[in-house]
Amino acid sequence: MTVTIKYFGLVAEAAEKFEEILELNGALTASELKTQCLNSLNIADKDSVQIAVNQNLDDKITLKDGDEVALLPPFAGG
Amino acid sequence: MDKRKPKKVFVQGAIPPEKIATSVANHQSKTDIGAHSIFLGQIRADEVDGKTVTAIDYTAYEEMAEKVFHEIREATFVKFDITCAHVYHSLGKVNVGELCLFVFTSSAHRRIAIEATNFLVEEIKAKVPVFGKEIFEDETHQWKVNK
Repeated sequence: MTVTIKYFGLVAEAAEKFEEILELNGALTASELKTQCLNSLNIADKDSVQIAVNQNLDDKITLKDGDEVALLPPFAGG
Repeated sequence: MDKRKPKKVFVQGAIPPEKIATSVANHQSKTDIGAHSIFLGQIRADEVDGKTVTAIDYTAYEEMAEKVFHEIREATFVKFDITCAHVYHSLGKVNVGELCLFVFTSSAHRRIAIEATNFLVEEIKAKVPVFGKEIFEDETHQWKVNK
């Protein structure tokens, strides 16, 4: 199955891309995907990165084919 | 229950000060209003390790941000007896001294409007996926984190 993963802010900067489509083998939770993605990136505070699945913050959910996943660094609105 | 349509929150670049005056003028025909409360966020020239911030470049997970802005606005109407609530936030580059956030609520009485504005601002800062790149005068940058 495939998911679209979007990167923002300092995560996009570290990944050197804004979006990619990932092929996943077997069932994976959002939290597991987040760990996999962040492992290879040079980010000082990985715990501060949140994951959204289909625009909802939820790292417990098991990913499904076609999900849109986003890795979100700390919010800085206002 | 959810009768209000989502409103467009994001504006490209700085929010012009004239927009505040126009918004107030647009509410003068609503005579059940007795109080407006306005919050304006302005870009501050922070100094970090001897370098000064000259601008913030805002980006957002726009689809999610618009959804969260709408949810926060709905929650504000449930929690407070307000007549109106408006929120505008910048995207892209906003220079020091310019406005990046405009929150505007109206009510019959002052306390409710003030509390509603405060609630909106705190919720926006905590929950909306907006990211800010603080740009220094030498073109280097750091990523802003809300406290």
